[in-house]
Amino acid sequence: MPTVSVKRDLLFRALGRTYTDEEFDELCFEFGLELDEITSEKEIISKEQGNEKAEGASDVVLYKIDVPANRYDLLCLEGLVRGLQVFKERIKAPVYKRVTPNGEIQKLIITEETARIRPYAVAAVLRNIKFTKDRYDSFIELQEKLHQNICRKRALVAIGTHDLDTLSGPFTYTAKRPSDIKFKPLNKTKEYTACELMNIYKTDNHLKHYLHIIENKPLFPVIYDSNGVVLSMPPIINGNHSKITVNTRNVFIECTGTDFTKAKIVLDVIVTMFSEYCENPFMVEAAEVVFPNGKSYIFPELAYRKEIVRADLINKKVGIRETPENIAKLLTRMHLKSEVIGDGNQIEIEIPPTRADVIHACDIVEDAAIAYGYNNIQMALPKTYTIANQFPLNKLTELLRYDMAAAGFTEALTFALCSQEDIADKLGLDISATKAVHISNPKTAEFQVARTTLLPGLLKTIAANRKMPLPLKLFEISDIVVKDSSRDVGARNYRHLCAVYYNKNPGFEIIHGLLDRIMQLLNVPPGEKKGGYVIKASEGAAFFPGRCAEILARGQSIGKLGVLHPDVITKFELTMPCSSLEINIEPFL
Amino acid sequence: MADGPVAEVLLRQLATADGGLDSAELAAKLGVEHQAVVGAVKSLQALGEIIEAELRSTKRWELTAEGEEIAREGSHEARVFRSIPPEGLAQSELMRLPSGKVGFSKAMSNKWIRVDKSAADGPRVFRVVDSVEDEVQRRLQLVQGGQAEKLGEKERSELRKRKLLTEVTLKTYWVSKGSAFSTSISKQETELSPEMISSGSWRDRPFKPYNFLAHGVLPDSGHLHPLLKVRTQFRQIFLEMGFTEMPTDNFIESSFWNFDALFQPQQHPARDQHDTFFLRDPAEALQLPMDYVHRVKRTHSQGGYGSQGYKYNWKLEEARKNLLRTHTTSASARALYRLAQKKPFTPAKYFSIDRVFRNETLDATHLAEFHQIEGVVADHGLTLGHLMGVLREFFTKLGITQLRFKPAYNPYTEPSMEVFSYHQGQGGTWSWEGEGCLRLPTLSPGPFHCQAHSQAHCQTQHHPHDLPCPSPSSTGLRKWVEVGNSGIFRPEMLLPMGLPENVSVIAWGLSLERPTMIKYGINNIRELVGHKVNLQMVYDSPLCRLDAEPGPPRTQGTA
Repeated sequence: MPTVSVKRDLLFRALGRTYTDEEFDELCFEFGLELDEITSEKEIISKEQGNEKAEGASDVVLYKIDVPANRYDLLCLEGLVRGLQVFKERIKAPVYKRVTPNGEIQKLIITEETARIRPYAVAAVLRNIKFTKDRYDSFIELQEKLHQNICRKRALVAIGTHDLDTLSGPFTYTAKRPSDIKFKPLNKTKEYTACELMNIYKTDNHLKHYLHIIENKPLFPVIYDSNGVVLSMPPIINGNHSKITVNTRNVFIECTGTDFTKAKIVLDVIVTMFSEYCENPFMVEAAEVVFPNGKSYIFPELAYRKEIVRADLINKKVGIRETPENIAKLLTRMHLKSEVIGDGNQIEIEIPPTRADVIHACDIVEDAAIAYGYNNIQMALPKTYTIANQFPLNKLTELLRYDMAAAGFTEALTFALCSQEDIADKLGLDISATKAVHISNPKTAEFQVARTTLLPGLLKTIAANRKMPLPLKLFEISDIVVKDSSRDVGARNYRHLCAVYYNKNPGFEIIHGLLDRIMQLLNVPPGEKKGGYVIKASEGAAFFPGRCAEILARGQSIGKLGVLHPDVITKFELTMPCSSLEINIEPFL
Repeated sequence: MADGPVAEVLLRQLATADGGLDSAELAAKLGVEHQAVVGAVKSLQALGEIIEAELRSTKRWELTAEGEEIAREGSHEARVFRSIPPEGLAQSELMRLPSGKVGFSKAMSNKWIRVDKSAADGPRVFRVVDSVEDEVQRRLQLVQGGQAEKLGEKERSELRKRKLLTEVTLKTYWVSKGSAFSTSISKQETELSPEMISSGSWRDRPFKPYNFLAHGVLPDSGHLHPLLKVRTQFRQIFLEMGFTEMPTDNFIESSFWNFDALFQPQQHPARDQHDTFFLRDPAEALQLPMDYVHRVKRTHSQGGYGSQGYKYNWKLEEARKNLLRTHTTSASARALYRLAQKKPFTPAKYFSIDRVFRNETLDATHLAEFHQIEGVVADHGLTLGHLMGVLREFFTKLGITQLRFKPAYNPYTEPSMEVFSYHQGQGGTWSWEGEGCLRLPTLSPGPFHCQAHSQAHCQTQHHPHDLPCPSPSSTGLRKWVEVGNSGIFRPEMLLPMGLPENVSVIAWGLSLERPTMIKYGINNIRELVGHKVNLQMVYDSPLCRLDAEPGPPRTQGTA
């Protein structure tokens, strides 16, 4: 969930009233926000870097507010205030309009070289805007929030904002060899080639995270004005030449990306939020974008979409009984201007360009429910009549667990993921013999594979509990995973039962006795006949030679038991003899 | 023991004593060691209320061995004086006497004797006075007679310096009659024996009382793991509510079932390498239900079923990527798809509790794998009010009665609601801590103290798995804290499966670890889950009774 940090006093001034922290928290809760933290710049710095560094930092109170991940229109103070004011019916939702300039329209021409790296671009102009320090900071912060969220860390969309008065259109969005791109980037005093910049930014804590998006690509995206001035090299950095300041009056906004829909949404969000400060509030100057195929589009889209939803559907989905008029009122409070039309049961809802999250009637239903107040909804029990069934494998597992404990063994709960070493080297096996599934992106060796046996987990549990009095008797009934090409995903689980006995003597007879007890519980008689069970001398890399037997039950091999090999004991950092048993319980379902 | 002769004498003496008697005095009277009387007192005490004994400590002066010798034989100087005949004695001869050296110098300083160094055969010692008073002997005899108090402080300290006197602390008992005083006591039996039962002799025998303050011997037994004890209770709750258990025995899942089928777009941050474990081998799912896949593809990329869709280029290869399931909702999707294939539609209630995996950075409250609890109801005409009603019943069974619902965003439910419970403080319902995105407690003021972590998770989290932070939960929070997440599955997820249009599916989820850690007071998840578990904790953990009011901590030995 993105967190937006706003100055409390600024927020209250914009809301036209003050709240206590509790009151504001309550308002947030109702609206689906969360007042996450109340802090100040000073407090943040002092927490992160110590009191000394915080000396002199601002102690203006900040509200950190968690915003739902799909509400891009609430990612800045301007949007939060507008949302809450409309919710509280203190203002009406503004109407956003795209206007064609009296003079020449700003033009952005996309060349075909961009096709393979970052094919889409959209643009718009905020004309005669008036920034203040706070507004300017909010403008920059909103771009950062969008970059981190809907833009997927600039991979899908990157935003560039420029002082239009320093540039001269038409603009060209193209892609060039990095060595052929040279400009003075934001906040630098000299020119660098794109190659040089990629090197310089490797150590930049902020920008280094975006380099991979274009790194190693033959061509880098770049935007020029008609005089060859570089506006930006998306998604990395803007040029210094067109840098905006508090005094900038006319802002040219370009968004480039690999996802056209998201680029349009991002542009809409920025212009709807900040056109508030234009000479003609909520009016956005159009820009023309010419695609390589020659087609030309006008942006921002600022599209209003209409949906018609029946009031009784909303009532039925939420579980309330409101009149269509009331529902229309509720929706209007959620920034969805609505009116009753047709037969009096239909509601026409206007979805503004700020609400890209509304893509289905169910989104409208939710907004009606929020405005109604979740906690005002009458609770009811569904009349769904059903007979409960347990999953047979889990049912058997539950029964066995209790009797394993009754047999004196203590239950362990070990990880399903482990290192290759745990399931192979330490058990004297080659990894290729395990049929293990391998993880492609483990952060540490602990998560290289899914376990193919429960034994390593139990041995590690003993190793971590060597201070406990002997004997240690442990068991686990859980799933292991192996590759299996007969399954849709190419792998499957097996439910295993594993037990270990760790003491000054190997205690094979104890583990053997446990097997006899398990078979008794499963109603499997001893002997090879009539679906009984036997154990037969066998060998296994993990076992001491001559101290290992295979367990055959109901005509199939279900596992092994025996005394562990001293090498295995040592590799798991244990010192005492140990015997173990591991079987697949699925044949007993 | 208690029937020893000393004990019997003690009881007889006590019977006639006025008020009580002193153990040391009794010892002196009987001519036995004081320790023997003390032993008798203790064994009588063990029998109950026969006697009462009060420990007293007294200080007393006693003679040292040398002091006793002097009291008997006289001081060294007096013995020197007495050994000198009227004609004197050669000094060398005098020095050979046992008290010679010490007695000589003391007698000299007392001016009882003199030395004639001019004598012909060497120095010779003569008496100066006719008779002497042996003060030292007299004083020591006083002490010996128990009259040390007759000596002055200075005199006693001088004798102590000469190591003739010493002060000892004597612990004695003041013994008086107990409420069950009796002079006739007999040997007590310790245990009932088969012989006593058969002979009936138990009727006439007194039995030694048990010490109920001692600990019992714990039985040898196995133990179930606390987290799985809680799992059993959650299963029980679902079964009581008529929910059928879904199969979840497939840790490996395709991206299709884990994400695409849930209408989670392919660029969603949860599908990032940073958040999800993908598989190298087997890297891709071999089979997908292609008809259904096409409907899912169309819904994502173009919309349909009343949806605008996400309008992006949906890729099959992305859907084929295998992963370790990030939620059991993938199993719910499979179950709902199977349900959709059954005609006509039959209502269903499903649940599951099983492991899920996240490529997390590990810490005290986060592991790469945890258990997710999920409940699902599919029926015609289910409402948000129904979801809230089911949640109320479910949480009531957990002992959580005060619920509140907050609007939230989940990618595959709409409407979505987070479930909050009021934490009443100690002794109330469970001590839930701030859920949400909680890594570390922050000390700043404010109703919700938590710090955001990986944004992707919060965007994906249909089912928050964050665990309680190790902050002072025992003090009681008196605030609303999140206990679960819920919603109604989006039509874009259900309709491509083939479920009828008027069927709604409500669902909710929570993690198993979080309530378990709270229930068992565990702050570090690694002590609970995984091989670093503290087995002593497993041995000691009580029953899991989710709806039982937490009582005061019970310890053995308190009545």
